[in-house]
Order: sequence, then structure tokens, then C-alpha cells
Amino acid sequence: MYQYDEFDHTLVGERVEQFRDQVKRRLAGKLSEEEFRPLRLMNGLYLQLHAYMLRVAIPYGMLSSRQLRALADIARRFDKGYGHFTTRQNIQYNWIKLEDTPDILDALAAVDMHAIQTSGNCIRNVTADQYAGAAADEIEDPRVWCEIIRQWSTLHPEFSFLPRKFKIAVSGGARDRAAVRVHDIGLRLRRDAAGETGFEVIVGGGLGRTPKIGHTIRGFLPKRHLLSYLEAILRVYNQLGRRDNIYKARIKILVSDTGPDRFAEMVEREWAEIRDGALTLPAEEVARITSHFAPPPFDALDRDAAARALAAETAAAPAFARWVDANIAAHRQPGYAIVNISFKPIGEPPGDATAAQLDAVADLAERYSFGEARVTHEQNLVFAPVRQADLHALWQALGRHRLATPNIGMMTDIIACPGLDYCNLATARSIPVAQRISERFRDLDRQHDIGAITVNISGCINACGHHHVGNIGLLGLDKKGEEFYQITLGGSADDNAAIGAVVGSAFSEGAVVDAVETIVDTYLAVRADGEQFNDTWRRVGVEPFRDRLYGAD
Amino acid sequence: MTGQAITANRLSDGSVVYLTRDGGWSGNIGDSLVSDQADETGRMKATAERAERSQQVVGACFIDVEVEGGTVQPVRLREAIRAGGPTVGLAAAHAGNGNGNGHRVSVR
Repeated sequence: MYQYDEFDHTLVGERVEQFRDQVKRRLAGKLSEEEFRPLRLMNGLYLQLHAYMLRVAIPYGMLSSRQLRALADIARRFDKGYGHFTTRQNIQYNWIKLEDTPDILDALAAVDMHAIQTSGNCIRNVTADQYAGAAADEIEDPRVWCEIIRQWSTLHPEFSFLPRKFKIAVSGGARDRAAVRVHDIGLRLRRDAAGETGFEVIVGGGLGRTPKIGHTIRGFLPKRHLLSYLEAILRVYNQLGRRDNIYKARIKILVSDTGPDRFAEMVEREWAEIRDGALTLPAEEVARITSHFAPPPFDALDRDAAARALAAETAAAPAFARWVDANIAAHRQPGYAIVNISFKPIGEPPGDATAAQLDAVADLAERYSFGEARVTHEQNLVFAPVRQADLHALWQALGRHRLATPNIGMMTDIIACPGLDYCNLATARSIPVAQRISERFRDLDRQHDIGAITVNISGCINACGHHHVGNIGLLGLDKKGEEFYQITLGGSADDNAAIGAVVGSAFSEGAVVDAVETIVDTYLAVRADGEQFNDTWRRVGVEPFRDRLYGAD
Repeated sequence: MTGQAITANRLSDGSVVYLTRDGGWSGNIGDSLVSDQADETGRMKATAERAERSQQVVGACFIDVEVEGGTVQPVRLREAIRAGGPTVGLAAAHAGNGNGNGHRVSVR
């Protein structure tokens, strides 16, 4: 993974000392809250319901064992012993004190981490496909480009005061696992007719109160032009994005109001002014960044022999077989596998991680995965790679820490925002609903029978739980002081990206889990052979679900 | 009795606090000053504003509460969660009694 150089260390160190002084001045009354608020937000520090919340950047989800241990230590020393993985591959701490924050940032800087630009109207953490550099279907490793974008966007002088937050995702696989179509900018690595790789550039996607699927404004952008083209997009947005209405300020509104074709013309016109200039990526610089993501020292293993050995192990241990079936994905290197570590134990808050679990994952990453892990935007972790021969031992070790639930991509692999239990913006709780759904569907045979399905829960219209793109999406509302949940169906963040459709009237907090079960039972009753949820949804439409939920009339 | 209390977050650590009868700030909603009298709520507001200006608290605001049998209960769920702590998960487990802040507040 990327290693900080002297410039990076200096930048982060100076930022810590700058913020230390800002905190000191705030506590001494030399800065008002109004003056201080944007400064703390630019360092990822929110004031939430119960305490300050610190959002730590995990660039494109990559973590080393050393960093995992530091995150565990911060949870123990400065929080209540746990953290929370977010839908943007970051980690959040919910019980932070302002007076401790400079020391926390120091502890992060010591392991090449920070909380810069995890809040505020700036370019946020660039996210990537969690199987980057490992997937069997990968076209090219997206992490190289995520790192280049990260360096370009960090403290960018022109883009530190955008109309609103800005989110970029990069996908490198044949299948999109980074939700590129629902980001402000999504970049999809593609091959042209000559076999060269470049980017499909997608702009204007997003969730929140006005969900939009992004538009392709350029089908193929040569890689050397990446930064100049991004600069052109951001310049157009910075100039024309609305600043009069916070709810109309994202780039998706500008693209929608302008029209994608006209928007693309504006970007191309801006780009014509700056292409082939200082922002053109030199090949040697790309090579330098690429060298940080060189494959680990794999052993030369026989693919078939490894597969036979694993088959024998799974045949002998049904519980292990179930975990392999649900949580393991194919790695491009023979004899190795991608391991999804579920942070969705039955009945627990999705994505929460105790200090002990973070330490355990650090140790296991060192032992089995070259000392690295990845955070996914579905709030789980990934080891890529692990030797297939080590999978059984790893499974047993994960099980000792409640990290071996075989539910990846299934009914209890729920994505949920912190909701009204933690968040100042929330209108309803999300975690208790996730816990109850998890309990209701705890039976593994039942989950296996349901198959692949996504369940997303947001505690408010800001959609941090990505409910719009869940096969089953829940949006928590406040109706005259009571919690209600609006259900959407048919959402998807993959290659067939779609915004879910509202199924009907919202359900009370007491009725929503039954409603979700009714939806699942309806799906199973009408599903045709080989269909997954959205296949059935597209074929039968809303009527069967609406009839079962609300009655035929 | 239904009345108003003032809540805020302590500047230094972000913890939830309530304006008390003696003009200080307590983490226990049971200690809060509750009033439905205009002149008293006016004094409460002035006290809270002074506390903000002197870097004790941030975000001071009135909340509706019900007082019954000596127990102060927020009317809104959001404030009940602020008073009693998260209703879920590791925070609740750490607190041991079902809410992160350790105070007896019912959540509907």
C-alpha cells in the first residue's frame, strides 16, 4: 500500500499542530463556535447527539496491521472501546472529546493516517472497489488512481470551498463494486478497442433527498488526462453549483438542471483550456505510485491442487463450507482467495468493531494476508489475499471474535447508518431495526434460500445508509413524534444501478420488520428459477408486494 | 407538569448537559431546571447564552419535558436518546444498564 513520504508526513504533522492551536483558541474563547465549526469539520470532527464524532479517513479502504492496532488503541484510550465502519470506507468514533482530538490526530499521524477532508464542502475520501488488485475479473487496479486523486485533492487551494461535499469513486473490475453510478464523479476503468485502459467518466450521481443515477459524459478518457479532466469538472461545478440552497447544491442538481449533454460540453470547453498542461500525469509519476501497489510476494501454488484440498476441507466441515460459500471470492492468483470478514454478527449493530476485534484483525492480517486489510462500503472488511490452505485456520480464528458469520451479500448483511441513536441529523433510529431484521432472519438455511439480496437502512433523508440503492431500502421518518419507515424496492448500486421505488405508505417501528418479512416471502413465492431479487422485481413489478403488504384493495 | 428545560453539549467533551436550578450544568436530566413561566425561561435563556459566551457549552436550546413523580422525561424521542444514551449495541453493553449515559430515561 501507499507509504507516506516526507512531504506527506510534513503536511499531516503541520495540520495536526494547526488544529491543536485552533482547539486551544476555541477553548480559550478566542474563536467563536461559528468561526471554529468549519475548521473542525475540515478535520473530520462533528458534534453529534452525545459527544463529538471523529471520522478518520481510510484512503480507498486500505489499512495495514499497524494502522488497525492504532485504531484499536484510539478506541480504547479515547472512546468507549469501539469504532464504526462507514459506507465510505472510513471509520468513525462516537465518543470523542474536543480536548483530546489533537492527541488523537497525533496518534493517527504516527501511523500515516488523518481525518482531513472527511467532512466539509470539499473533496472527500476517494473510495474504491474492495477487491482492488485482487479480483479475478479486474481490468486494472483502481487504487493507483485513487491515490493520485487523493494527492491532487488534498488541500486543493481552488476546491476547498465547494458549493457542497464532493464524492469520487473508482472501479477497476469488470463488475462495478464501487457504486460509481451514485457518486458525484464515478470512474470506471475500461479497455478501448486497442486494449489500452482508460476511464469512463460518470458525473452527477448521488443519493440523499434527490437520488440520481450518474451520466457518462466521456466514454473513454486516456489515463494521462485524469487530473486535468477532473479539474475541469470541478471548475465547472465550483463556478456554477448553487450556493443559495444547501439542498440543491450538489453536482447532481447542476447536471440535471443543465442537462448532461450541455454539462459535458461545458466540461470539454473548460478542459480544452488546461489539457496537456501541468496536470498531465507523467508516466514516471504514475509508475512511482503504481510501485506502492505491487502484488505481495505470492508463493507459486498449483490452482487445481489448492482447489482440491479446499474441497476436501469443506466436505469434512459443513459450517466451514457454508462460510466459504458465502464469504470467499475468487482471487486472480492461483491458490489464493479473497476473504470477506463480516462485521454483521446476528443481532449486532452493523459495522461496529470493538478494540479487541480490531486488534484481532490486525494480528490475523499479519499472519494470513501480508499485513493488510480493506474496509468495504458495505461496512465489512476484506483480506485479499489469503492462501486457500489457510482458510480453515482463519475461519476458526475469526469465529473466536464473532467475525465469521457466513452472511456476506445476504439478508443479515445489512448496511445501516448510525441513525437517531447517534446522529444529529437523524429522524429515526436505524440500528435497532437492523438488529431486529437480523434476528428475524438469523436462520442460515433461510438466508441461503433467499440468496443474494441487499438491505439498506437510513435514519434520515440524507441516506447515509444508501437505502435508495438497496434491493430493500428503509428510510426512517418522524411522523408526529413517532418513528415510521418508508420502504423502497428494486434499488441497486451495481452495473444495473437503479433508485428504489417507494412501495406504499410507511410502516410503524413496530410493524416494519413484519413488512420486510412479507416482502421477502412474496419474493420467494413469485421468484422464477435463477432469479435474484431485482430480476423478480423487474419482471413482476410492485403489485404483488403491494397486495401482500396492504391488501389487494 | 409539562415545561421546558435547557440542554446543550459541553464544549470540552461534547457531553450532553442540562441547565440546573443553581445555574450550572449537569449530565443528569433529573437535575435540570424545568419551567413553564415566561420570566423564568427568559432568565434561563440568558444564563445559557452566558455559558456559551464563556466557552462552557455549545448549542444550548430549550426542550419540552414532562415532570411526573420527580422524574424528568423529554417529550421527543431524540431528546430521550440524548438523555439516556444510545438504545443499542456496544454503547448500551458498556453502560450495562441499557443506556450509554446511565440515566433512567424511558424510550418509547
